[in-house]
Amino acid sequence: MTGPMLRIRNLRARVADKEILRGIDLEVGAGEVHAIMGPNGSGKSTLAQVLAGRDTYSVTGGEVLYQGQDLLALPPEERAVAGVFMAFQYPVEIPGVGNLYFLRTALNAIRKRRGEEELDAMDFLAFAREKMKLVAMDESFTGRSVNEGFSGGEKKRNEIFQMAVLDPRLAILDETDSGLDIDALRIVANGVNSLRSPDRAMIVITHYQRLLEYVVPDRVHVMDNGRIVRSGDRQLALELEEKGYALVQEQPAARARGEAR
Amino acid sequence: MTPLDRSLREGFSLLRQRSGVDPMPALREAAFARFAELGLPTTESEDWKYTSLAALAQMRLEPAEAKADIDEELLRGLWSPPADGSIQVVFVDGHHRPELSSPAWGSGGSFVGSLRAGLARNRDLVACELARHADFRRDALTALNTAFIEDGAFIHLPAGAVLQSPIHLLFLSTVSRGATLSHPRNLIVAGRGSEATVVETYAGPSEATYFTNAVTEVVLDEGARLHHYKLQQESERAFHIALLQVSHGRDSRFTSHSLALGAALARNDVRALFAAEGSECTLNGLYMAAGKQHLDNRTLIDHKSPRCTSRELYKGVLDGNSRGVFSGRVLVREDAQKTDARQINKNLVVSEGAVVDTKPQLEIFADDVKCAHGAAVGELDEDALFYLRSRGLGREAARSLLTYAFASEMVNLIPLAPLRARVRELVTSRLPDRESLREVA
Repeated sequence: MTGPMLRIRNLRARVADKEILRGIDLEVGAGEVHAIMGPNGSGKSTLAQVLAGRDTYSVTGGEVLYQGQDLLALPPEERAVAGVFMAFQYPVEIPGVGNLYFLRTALNAIRKRRGEEELDAMDFLAFAREKMKLVAMDESFTGRSVNEGFSGGEKKRNEIFQMAVLDPRLAILDETDSGLDIDALRIVANGVNSLRSPDRAMIVITHYQRLLEYVVPDRVHVMDNGRIVRSGDRQLALELEEKGYALVQEQPAARARGEAR
Repeated sequence: MTPLDRSLREGFSLLRQRSGVDPMPALREAAFARFAELGLPTTESEDWKYTSLAALAQMRLEPAEAKADIDEELLRGLWSPPADGSIQVVFVDGHHRPELSSPAWGSGGSFVGSLRAGLARNRDLVACELARHADFRRDALTALNTAFIEDGAFIHLPAGAVLQSPIHLLFLSTVSRGATLSHPRNLIVAGRGSEATVVETYAGPSEATYFTNAVTEVVLDEGARLHHYKLQQESERAFHIALLQVSHGRDSRFTSHSLALGAALARNDVRALFAAEGSECTLNGLYMAAGKQHLDNRTLIDHKSPRCTSRELYKGVLDGNSRGVFSGRVLVREDAQKTDARQINKNLVVSEGAVVDTKPQLEIFADDVKCAHGAAVGELDEDALFYLRSRGLGREAARSLLTYAFASEMVNLIPLAPLRARVRELVTSRLPDRESLREVA
């Protein structure tokens, strides 16, 4: 493959009348881990949702090329088949549907459309048990409904478990660290690190630097008001931790001047 | 006079001519006279506000004849006998088929067989209980059924009898030259401390046009327990109207699982009367309508006595241009202190064209009671749909899975594993992407 895994050019998106992405440019290569940071409301999660295909956002401009193909033209399920995965910030509870049944259905839907053989329940169970170890999920997960009654930490681990099973080429982790205590954060981070690979790209969206101590990114981008306003290496994240997002925000400074007058 | 009225009059005079063998002519006459007074209900009646029988009134219906030969293959398509050796009583077009049924069964004084056989064997009991609980003076369709009683199932459990395996009552309809009607009438008398599971199944091939008007009376003596299932899988051209009337003796328990999937128009009434204190009644229901189906569920729990508990959960899934109705009344009378009643109705409307009417009613005349009720109508959750699709499930598969998830709560309430599996299969077979739901559990 030539060119980066993901190339985003001047991406603009809105929900209802509100423009949330106001021209995003980003390139992520295979094997790389990029962190996207930024204050609340800067558009980080919107970017993740748009990449995964959520139709509540309408794309009003720009393009997204994934492995050279137009990602925005595909419905969400086709993006999954093509190897795009988003770990949800708020994983959905689905009472009545077994966690493993759901995941096998998903994996087989993807395999089928890729022309691969489907896994039967026994083969899948053996395969899934291996992957469960990555995020220290115990056997009780297999008997429960999708995310039903899971603690916040369990839900996030379940997302990484799903990622391990579905083996995507591009993984977008939307605030996977939010709401986790330090032990859960370590488990999740270990899972993520074990899934780093030369043929997989990852975008890690986070509000805090904390996760990046465990999942060390190759690049760090800072979003504000729908744009990437700064990019750098790991040092940028540390700098933000120290000085806060005011470092990259223009308006608050302008606003402050206005108030002083 | 409507075509239906004409059909009914002709049918009734035919029945009268055979009165030489009729064991209950007085009851018949009284019930038919009452039907003539009441007439077929219209939407002006509060009880039938959401369900119009105008199309039924325009139908010309013949009493279903007993066919000499029954297409065995057709039967297998509608019903596969359970392998567990449970008892089955089979009716085809309203007529008892001994050759398809378990031999009239009796051990330790229990009886499971046809109503006719039951009359021959235990006339006093049948004569005493039949039509005593389902009130034909109040209700036109019950009057009609009572006027036309020919056969049905009779189950008698003497004191202390406990039957482990379920009793299957099957009411199958076949294709006839014209549209037909039948009035199955069942009586279940459970003696003191007895226990049994009864499964009523109503089914017909999709090209058959008919009207089933069924009544089942359940009489529970002190401490009796009955687990009742009803699987309504009638032809998509059929009309199905049924009443399940339960009379609770002291400390008795009744559980009902109603599954309504078939028929062009179906109305299922369940009425439970707490005639003595200390009893428990659980009514569970699932109705799934598609196309132009109209499925109406009406329940009444009459807390006439103190210290009784009722639990009711009905769920509906409405697709296509279908219409669902739930109307549930819980009546807590003045003397019914320490009543504990809870009623919930939840509906999932999965298409633009589907409609549901829900009308929970709680009427309380006692002061020391615990009662709650609620009703909800919702659509498929967009967040959940996106979640499933983002994992690779196609749109239809995701919708089907979420619909199944909604309905599965009712499936999982069924304690007997073989029955639960059967109901799960029936539920998934109604969903658009049933292929991907093959192994859901």
